[in-house]
Amino acid sequence: MPLLWLLLIVFAIAAFGYVLGRRRALVSANRDARHLHSLPSYYGWNVALKTIIPAVMLLLVWLLVQPIVVYNTISSSLPSDLVDSASSQGLLMSEISRVSDGLSTAVSKGVLSEELAASSSLDAETATAQLKEAGAVVTNDITAPVLSAAQDYRSATLSGRWIMALVVIIVAFAGAIFGLSQSNKDFRARNVVETVIRYLLIGAASIAILTTIGIVFSLVFNTIEFFRLYPASHFFFGLEWAPSFSGRGGSSELGVLPLLWGTLYISIVALIVAVPIGLFAAIYLSEYAGPKVRGFAKPLLEILAGIPTIVYGLFALLTVGPLLVSVFGDGGVLGVNWQGGGRAVMTAGIVMGIMLIPFVSSLSDDIINAVPQAMRDGSYGLGATKSETIKQVIIPAALPGIVGAILLAASRAIGETMIVVLGAGAAARLSLNPFEAMTTVTAKIVSQLTGDSDFASPEALVAFALGMSLFVITLGLNVFALYIVRKYREQYD
Amino acid sequence: MSDASMNTTPSKAKTSLADLSDRTRRRNAAEKRFQAYGIGAIAISLFFLIVLVFSIVRSGLPAFTQTVLDVEFVLTEEQFNDAEKQLFKTKAYSGYFNDALTAQFTEAGVSVPFDAKSIERIAGKVGGTIREFYRENPDQLGQPTSFQLAASSRVDAYINGRFTRDTFTESRFLMAADLDLVDAMKTSGIIKNVFNWNFITGADSGVDNPGGAGIGASVVGSFFMMLVVLFLSLPIGVAASIYLEEFAPKNRFTDLIEVNISNLAAVPSIVFGILGLAVFIQFMHLPQSAPLVGGLVLTLMTLPTIIISTRASLQSVPPSIRDAALGIGASKMQAVFHHVLPLAMPGILTGTIIGLAQALGETAPLLLIGMVGFVARGYPEGFVNGFVEPNSAMPAQIYTWAARADASFYDKAWGGIIILLIFLLTMNIIAIILRRRFERRW
Repeated sequence: MPLLWLLLIVFAIAAFGYVLGRRRALVSANRDARHLHSLPSYYGWNVALKTIIPAVMLLLVWLLVQPIVVYNTISSSLPSDLVDSASSQGLLMSEISRVSDGLSTAVSKGVLSEELAASSSLDAETATAQLKEAGAVVTNDITAPVLSAAQDYRSATLSGRWIMALVVIIVAFAGAIFGLSQSNKDFRARNVVETVIRYLLIGAASIAILTTIGIVFSLVFNTIEFFRLYPASHFFFGLEWAPSFSGRGGSSELGVLPLLWGTLYISIVALIVAVPIGLFAAIYLSEYAGPKVRGFAKPLLEILAGIPTIVYGLFALLTVGPLLVSVFGDGGVLGVNWQGGGRAVMTAGIVMGIMLIPFVSSLSDDIINAVPQAMRDGSYGLGATKSETIKQVIIPAALPGIVGAILLAASRAIGETMIVVLGAGAAARLSLNPFEAMTTVTAKIVSQLTGDSDFASPEALVAFALGMSLFVITLGLNVFALYIVRKYREQYD
Repeated sequence: MSDASMNTTPSKAKTSLADLSDRTRRRNAAEKRFQAYGIGAIAISLFFLIVLVFSIVRSGLPAFTQTVLDVEFVLTEEQFNDAEKQLFKTKAYSGYFNDALTAQFTEAGVSVPFDAKSIERIAGKVGGTIREFYRENPDQLGQPTSFQLAASSRVDAYINGRFTRDTFTESRFLMAADLDLVDAMKTSGIIKNVFNWNFITGADSGVDNPGGAGIGASVVGSFFMMLVVLFLSLPIGVAASIYLEEFAPKNRFTDLIEVNISNLAAVPSIVFGILGLAVFIQFMHLPQSAPLVGGLVLTLMTLPTIIISTRASLQSVPPSIRDAALGIGASKMQAVFHHVLPLAMPGILTGTIIGLAQALGETAPLLLIGMVGFVARGYPEGFVNGFVEPNSAMPAQIYTWAARADASFYDKAWGGIIILLIFLLTMNIIAIILRRRFERRW
């Protein structure tokens, strides 16, 4: 792994620079640290940071840009008849890069010699055979033009890598030498180092912004691409969800409404389970329970919050689903036949409700505790019982906060994936029967992106439009809920 | 005086304070009811927790045991050479095995007829396994060797009582006559349950072999992912929190960062998966299914959690510490890095471990970056390859098993959950111990 070695070399130069920089500064002060502007280690850090930061930044930029440059050079140099014969430029390029990777694998496994892999005397048939022998994934026989393009691709990538290594090491040395030249007893090393560290801290804090930008861009671009292939009005107002399985598009119906309905229905069931239980648990724990009960019940409730969602998903699929079928299904205890299979809105909704109980209860607990004690005391002083105080004073006072908590729980429920993937089923339908299988936005994102369909097809791209809808809905709910909660808190602060 | 006498005779009967009026009784009953609702709510949630734990343990334990045929076996060198000369080599070995089995039956005093086909239905193709063993260990020839051959998943289910003879439906995979043989083997001690080490250390098997599936390889995948998450999210999270808590001026840029962090904490995890797919795989061309990509996505996902908890522990360090450091001439940076940060470290580590535990159990983003379709058949070769070679992760592996058609994989999924929960529990206990031991109350 040359990249790791390159990093190690840079760090070694930096370590060496640290020692030299520290010593040089000390020598300039006649080995008496009292004459230095800063502590000796700051002179060392100055050199080390000046070595590492430009080199590593250059490395990162190079790693990002090089594949794009190579890709564009190779794809623009492809003969046009080759592009026409393949179904698309993207497919052709991915085949070329696959062959190029295969050549590298073959060389590293010793099946193919380095000279032969790069030379034009390598013909397509032996290449195919030898790549297959090396275990590289090559689907069909490689044609001569693809092979030569792949060789170009590979040599461009390899030489780019070597130039990169060289340039990075030169930059590291240049930085070290610059830093060393500054190491002098009057140089304000501490101020410089602290400024650099401060910018590093700002950079770390900005990653949150970068992540948001990354999310928005990856959703927006692919969503626009999707709407170019599929009319937006059909997506937003279509009542049918029926992607064609061939992955060619055309006959697919990709309406979002059935998915939104499934999401909403399951979330409502979940909230019907979670809100009363969570709210009453929070009221009991904060108003009635003694410290002993609270110390015992609260951590246990929090265990429910710490359990991964995949566990809840499996619980829905294998425990709750069959249980519900044995009650509401054919030949069940109730003698009704409402539920056909284990996967249903009820299954996913109940389990999701269980997952949300601790979420609702801990948020409501905070909010109930924020109601000033004076309001309770006033109510007791008028002769109200505890429950009357809670019902007529505390709940009305805490209502905005509780509504905020419920909205936050709803946004959780809408974005939850594993429980619905395993427990809710795959059929998209607009139905009112809660014992029927329905599907949600998140479940369909998973199924559209984990299938075999081509990334450029509307069947795969629709997942990004679904993700965009999900992102907008949950973000809106969150912002609204936080606004309510904040507004409510300010009331009593 | 009639007025006065009327006033002194009350219209109602005299009541004592100790007697409760109807209204008070109603109010007290309402009070009791309300309290009962609260207790009921807590009881229901605890009941759910108990059912959840019970069904995990009950369904997951079978994954840790395995039904095997334990057969003592001697193969002489002549027999070995003889078998190697034949056209159907494994069949010859099966023949030797059946002879050995008959011998063990007579020794145990059981007589039950069986043929090669029924052995194949119960234990798979035993000849191949035996031949493989002797070809690799020729020095074992002529010495008694005991083989533990894995029984088929149906036999396993029968032994574990998942179906009885009454509910049994005959198929070409297992016939009713085979059950007699299985019973006979059980009484003579040939079939027994042993601890399934392969489940803990092994790699995933194909869809046709639920018995051989293990979670070991995906534990390794999860381990590499957690390494990435730890080494990225801890420094970045701490740096970001230090900036926001200690240095950031109150301006629009800081507000923007704050809003972004609190919003990212609420973004559904699947959206992070979409980000990983679009940015890391499509745009940066990082390898699919690699723990490196999984780790990057989970880092972005856990960063808000870590930042929020780190800021809380930085806030809990009293300002007098900073003032004292500044007073004796430390720069602001020195005060933070030399004094505040070490004091806040236990809290930061606790928050980081909890964030890691959350990341360890997260599944949805991993589905999108291709950690699910991949069958982790082996361990990665070497440390660096562990990051870039395709692998699975524990929750992704559990999902893969749960999504397979063969119901025998459900046991494995539950068993995998037990392992996952053991890891999570350990991490949380470490966090609690850290907090108890090192947390300082100012």
